[in-house]
Formats: sequence, C-alpha cells, structure tokens
Amino acid sequence: MDDQVAVVGVGQTRFERRKRGASFADLVYEVTVKALEDAGLTIRDIGTVVTVSNDFWDGRTISSMAVQDACGARHKDISTVEGDGLFGAFYGMMRILSGSFSTALVVAHMKGSESRMNLITNAMFDPIYSRMLGLDAVTSAALQARAYMDRFGVTEEPCARVSVKNHGNAKNNPYAQLAMDLTVEDVMASRMLSDPIKLLDASPVTDGAAAVVLAGREAAGKARTVPVWIRGAGHCADAYHLGDRDLAVSPALRQAAGKAYAMAGVRDPRREIDVVELYDAFSYQELMWLEGLGFCPEGKAGQMTDEGATAMGGDLPVNPSGGCLSAHAVLVAGLVRLIEAVLQVRGDAGGRQVPGCRRAVAQGTNGPCGQSHCVMVLEK
Amino acid sequence: MGKRVAIVGTGQTRMRSSRKDVNGQELIQEAVARALEDAELSRDDIDAVVIGNMDHFEGINYVDTWSVDGSGAFMKPIMKVTTGGTTGTTVAMAGYYHAASGLFDRVLAIGWEKNSESDTTGAIITAFDPVLDRPTFGGAVGGLAAWATRYMHLTGATQEDAARVTVRDRRHALNNPHAHLRKEVSLEEVMNSPMISWPLKLLDMCPRTDGACAVIFASEEVAPRITSRPAWVRGTVNRHNYAYTADPNWDFLESLREASGVLYERLGIREPLKEFDLMELYFPFSFAGIAWVEDLGLAPVGGGPRLVWDGVTDMGGQLPINPSGGVLSCNAIGATGLQRVAECAVQIMGKGGDRQVPGARLALASGFGGCFWSDLMAVGADKPA
Amino acid sequence: MDKPQELLSISSGDTEQPFEWSVGRHTSTFLCELRDNARIVGIRCPSCRKVFVPPRNVCGECFTAMDEIVPLSGEGSLLTYTVLSFGFVDPDTGHLKPVPYTWAFIRLDGADNTFIHYVDETDPEKLRVGMRVRAVFEEQRRGHMLDIRHFVTVP
Repeated sequence: MDDQVAVVGVGQTRFERRKRGASFADLVYEVTVKALEDAGLTIRDIGTVVTVSNDFWDGRTISSMAVQDACGARHKDISTVEGDGLFGAFYGMMRILSGSFSTALVVAHMKGSESRMNLITNAMFDPIYSRMLGLDAVTSAALQARAYMDRFGVTEEPCARVSVKNHGNAKNNPYAQLAMDLTVEDVMASRMLSDPIKLLDASPVTDGAAAVVLAGREAAGKARTVPVWIRGAGHCADAYHLGDRDLAVSPALRQAAGKAYAMAGVRDPRREIDVVELYDAFSYQELMWLEGLGFCPEGKAGQMTDEGATAMGGDLPVNPSGGCLSAHAVLVAGLVRLIEAVLQVRGDAGGRQVPGCRRAVAQGTNGPCGQSHCVMVLEK
Repeated sequence: MGKRVAIVGTGQTRMRSSRKDVNGQELIQEAVARALEDAELSRDDIDAVVIGNMDHFEGINYVDTWSVDGSGAFMKPIMKVTTGGTTGTTVAMAGYYHAASGLFDRVLAIGWEKNSESDTTGAIITAFDPVLDRPTFGGAVGGLAAWATRYMHLTGATQEDAARVTVRDRRHALNNPHAHLRKEVSLEEVMNSPMISWPLKLLDMCPRTDGACAVIFASEEVAPRITSRPAWVRGTVNRHNYAYTADPNWDFLESLREASGVLYERLGIREPLKEFDLMELYFPFSFAGIAWVEDLGLAPVGGGPRLVWDGVTDMGGQLPINPSGGVLSCNAIGATGLQRVAECAVQIMGKGGDRQVPGARLALASGFGGCFWSDLMAVGADKPA
Repeated sequence: MDKPQELLSISSGDTEQPFEWSVGRHTSTFLCELRDNARIVGIRCPSCRKVFVPPRNVCGECFTAMDEIVPLSGEGSLLTYTVLSFGFVDPDTGHLKPVPYTWAFIRLDGADNTFIHYVDETDPEKLRVGMRVRAVFEEQRRGHMLDIRHFVTVP
C-alpha cells in the first residue's frame, strides 16, 4: 500500500499490576489526550473513533459505554471492536480507506487486576465441550507449547532465553511493567504454572491503555509527527477447537503475514524487516510467531534466538519494548506492538531505539492459543 | 478512494423465544447458509467476516474466534464488533466499511443472540455503570418507561396512542415468515396486558428472541455480478453520545435527531416522509413509534400519534414503517439491528413477498441501544454517485 | 415410529464472576461525601460551566477534564419516572428486587444532567413530572449509592 493511512499520534499509559486510582474512563482519557498531543491535533480533528474493550474483563456487557465521554465520542461516528487492539487499528484503517473519514482515533483499555484472569480466559472455551475441563489461557498455552516443543525438538532453554531478552529489553522502556535482569537459570527455576510454562515464561497481569491517531494522506500533513505509513495489513483466524488445529504451527499467522507482506511488497522478511514487535504472551510464542511471520523456517526460531539474531544488537531485534512478557494488558497489547513499531520507524524509541529502523512489523493475537492473528507492516 | 458497496444477499433464521434445537454455532450457521444461498455464493467466495452479539447473554468470551465453524471464518479474516443494542447495525456498518475500504470484495456480516440461554434482564443490567447506575437500575424496560412518561407529559400523548403502534407492527408481522411473533393483537389486548413498568405494559414491549441474521456486503466491482438488483448502501451515520444512564437528553432522542440530520443532509433529503419508501426502525417499545418518528423528521413535536393513527405508517400508507413487524415482533438483540438492514435490502431487492412495499427504492434502517444511542443506514436501488 | 429427539442443554451452574472496580478520584469523592457527610456532590466543567452528578472525569461535550466539586442540596424535581411491577434478580445482590418500586430521573437543583434513584411513592396517579423531591439518607452509610435510601416527594 502506498501513502494511504499513517499512524500520526500514539499514547500509552505506564503499565502496572494495579492502577488502583484509575477507572476505565481515566485510562482512556489519559491516552487519548497523549495521542492527540503527540499528533499535534485536537479532538475536533478526529473524524471517527474505534474503541477496544471486552465485556468480560470490564464486568459490563456494553463495555464501550464506560468510555464514551473519555474518548471524545460526542457527535462522532463511533464503533467498538471486541478483540485485540491491533484489529481495532485495522478497523480504524478501513474507515479511513473507505473515504468517509480522514482521521481515526483507536483507543484500547483493560484492567487485568479487577477480575480473575483464569475465570475470564476460561470463558473463551466452549461451554458445551471444553469449559468444564478448566482450561484457561495458561493451561491451553501449555498444551500448545508442548505440541510445538515436541514437534520440533525445541527445549525449554530457548524459550527461557526469550524471557531473559525481553525482560532485559524492558529496562529501556519507561512504560513497561516488568523490567528485570534475568538469567536462563532464573527462568528455568521459576515456579511451574502449567508444564512446561513457568512463571517467568508467562506474561503478567496488567492494567493499562493505549491509543493511536490514524490519518489519511492529506490529514497526515496536518499532524506534527513524521507519518508512519501502514504499508500492509492482514488478519486471519484458524479453527476454534484446540483439537481441530495443529497447535505446533500457525497457518493463520502465515496467511495474515503473507497478505501484509504482499501489500507491502516485502518478499524476504528476514532481510527487509528491521524490527519486529510481536505478541509474546508466553515465551514459546515468540518462537512460534517468528516462524509464522516467515523470519525463519518452522522449528528454527529457537536456534535463531540462541544465536542472538533477535537481541538488541542482532540483525533482527524482536520486542525492543520488552513485549507482552514485560507488560500485558490484554486487548491493549496488540495496539502497543503497533505503537512500539511506529516509534521505532520514527526514530522516537529513546533508549530502546534500534538504529536505522526503516521498516517494522507489528503483530497481535486474539482467541485461545493464538487462533487469530493480525499483522501490519510499518514504514516511513 | 473508497468503494461503493451494496448488499447482495441476506439470511435470517427461524426466530423463536427459545431455539433448543441448535447451539449457538449452529444458529449462526443457519443464517450464514441462508445468506449464501440468497446470494448464490459459497463460503469460498467470502473475503472477510464480521460478527456481533452482546457477550453476557451467552456467556462466551471471544465470540469471533469461537464462531468460526458456524460463521465460516476458518482461515479467513474475522473480527467482532459490539455496542449493546446497536450491535446489529454496528455490525452492518463494519461490513460496509470492510468492503468500502477496497480491501475485501465480499464481506459476511453476522448478528446473533441466544437470549434464552441467560437471564436477559440481569445481563442487560450489567451494561450499566456498576457503582453509579446498577444499584437502582430499573432494567432496559425501566429506562424506556421513563421515556414514555416524559413524552406523555410533554405532548399529551396517551397510552392508547402508543398501543396503536403495537397493533400496526404485530399486524405487519403476519406477512413476514421470519418474524418471531406472528399473531395480531387488538388495541384492547395491548391496553389490558399486564403492567410491567408504568406506563409500559407487556404488549408495549419487544419480546426476547433467539435468532441470527447474516448480510453479505459486496464492493461495486463484484456486486452487479452477484445480483441484478443489489441494494446499495447510500449512507450510514451513528451517534453514541452518552456514558451514563441519566445523562441523555430526555426531551427528545438526541442521537437519532443528530444522526438523521447528518444523514439527510448527506443524501440531500429534505422531506423524509416523501423521499423514503419505507423504514425499518429499531423501536424496542411502542412509544418509540410515536415519539421517535418526530426525531426522524417525519412529524413535528407531538405529531407522532397523528401520523400513526392516520395510517401513514401502515402497509399501503405513504411511508410504511416496519413492514417486517419490527422489533415488537422479533428481538434477538445482537441480530435485531442487522435485521433492520436486511429487511431494507430485501425490500430494495424486491424479495419482500407478502411484505413487499411496491416500488421500494430508498429505505432507512435504524439501530438503538446503550445510553439512547442511534445508528442509521440508508439502503437504495440507485448506486451512489 | 421415531421418538422425538431429546434436546439437552448444559448449565453453567451458579457461576460467579467476581470484580473489583476502581472507581477513580471523582466517584471516590462522591461516595465518601455520601458516607461521611450525607451529601450529594456534582462536578463543574471549566469550559461550559455545567454541573454533572455524579461527578465524572471528563465533560463529554467539551472533552475537558473536570475538577471542581460542587455540593448540591439533595433537592430537585422529577424529570421523569416509572413504577416497576416486575421483579428481576439484581446481578449485584443475587436477590429478586421487591416490587413495586419507583425509579426516577431527578433534576437536582444546581445540576444540569439527571440523577437516577428511587422515589418512595409507588402510585403512578400520585406522581407528576415536575414534582419536588428530596433525598433521604440511611443512618448507617458505607460509601454506596444506596446510602441514599430514596427520594421523598415534597408537598
């Protein structure tokens, strides 16, 4: 895609275990104001709003209602995506491409601290066949991790290395929740949650929000930032029942990425992409998604990680922000991957900047075990 | 930039207060299969799917990824949109924007609800602020009843005026094989039905329905190849202006007045009563049929009852409202708004059978929900300029 | 002759979804004022000068953050109301709400939006739009909307 839709403003909260003083509306207002200030625009410049929230996490069945005033919805066309924030950005992008709006605000919020994660994620599972088994995000991920590791002979060590890398990267990210100096031994010795996933292989429970301002070609000129164009975007969903899928591979991600790359004219992602921000809800997922994104053959991402290719100094830094392992406000995290990719391309990523980043990939997932994926390619 | 979009097929399931014969996925699949059949397309032809419902009615988290067997979204792009009662029209708008973006040529939009699987009122209550609104909340019916109270106070309208709306919609439903309630009611029956929340009686209110609706949106490149009579999306506008139950303007339906004002201007409509051929409106209670028609510019303030009593909005009248029987005859909440759009498309495509408004060329669908929010979509026979 | 098929369903049982919502600064102020001072407060928008009750962080019309807490008298008039005759299970208490009860939208003196609460008169014949009403507080209060027991009509 040529210069059609750009990200011209971004805003995120600090991600924390518990933001006791803030309501959903507080978080949404904070990041909306930040994103507008970043873009140098006002709420009056926004043509349409897409909010992102989830009724289960918010404990209310029209979760969008809580944030209508805070996101500047008054007198505007507005909608709500219930799913990962990157899909929300995709919808905002479509509204601009339709020609009906020249700018869009996409804002996501989530407070993991206010409910019980295992109950909320257990509710993802079919009430007829699987929910009573007590599956939740962690136990289902453990099934997938085992399937992946068995298939390709990947051990827990490369996964641990991902955790070490990402928590370490988070030290450069003022927004991240868990910046930590870890060793592989620390990760291997951490408490087992659900074999083979240990505490330090898993993302934390997080509160936070994020927002982006999108603009079409003309409107992008009015923003004060250098526009970062969405060159390609795609999303795709795999089968639902875990038993209907080959959990060791991600055909849906491959298809979503393929679409995004084709639109962006990317033929050799390993060579042509400078930075990746992917959705590492669990350490093994960074390995699986690297493969699904086409950065290496299936089963080889562990090796790629061991070789240091994905470290800050490597030839393909992955999750300079610290990724989801360092801060995971579900629904928000995919939008944060987009924000981090945009900051990298802009050269605005401060202490976590990868020098000379021209093209970045952002990826978000939705549903159990990464059933559905959204991928975007960003470039100046 | 941007494509014109048309509806090329629709499907609706059997609508019942309880569809014990199907689980949620199967209910969705029933609507999808019918829409594909209507458009003479297969699952392979669909480029993207968008789906919506209200979570707490079925208690399933991440409905989009859960639905793929029924929605046909396996190895396709799918996302969920949801905004409460307006979900159905929100889904329609999303279907439209998917195709209008130029990224997808054939988009399947699905709205569904299996209200029987939960306590509807309990679930609706959770839509509102847990600390400030829920403790005293009077349910969806309470808010609508309060609206009725004020409308009667401001205009002198009566409960009988509203009851005439129920009589109309329930009579219209006799012509609609997809309606949930297909039994006429008399004015006396409405007036004598049990009082639920003064001044609303049982027959002033919509039923609770299990059902699903699917609509296929197509870009201008492919629409004419799929059907010789596509129903073009002429325009869509929505307004979700408030966050707290008590904040909306209680003197008139501000969101509807505002949204219709914008839409009419965009379409160059000056006299909606004359220029539209029919309307399918998300009116969840009888009083809406006399009050909110004023906010659509169909009658002056206080003039709603006259419009209805004169038969203007009956089949055969100048502007039939709810030829399908409307929401008073059928309300699977996540589907309801999409059904309004589907019914407009059915009319434009000339597939309305016994409920066809002859020569229909321009129709308006509305969605309602949340804090008195409104969605609008105009559908017509003419391709937009 | 085939028997009609038995159609089953799966029950969730009494599922609990516990939540603990942070209410934010302004709602905290509002609830503390109810609890400590038996007083209703609103908040004023610095741009349009309108007062909203209960207080919230942003004026939706102006998209401006609000901070100025405004004490209100607890008196006002009925903008509209309904009398509920059907009970439903309150999802917060798990109990059936006793009927009849009157749910009212009240224009509190000094506020520009409406405030929802109960009115103790449940005969629709005795209620009128525009009637004056006054808040009545519980003796024991805990920082909850129901620290206001209800509103009574003022002759």
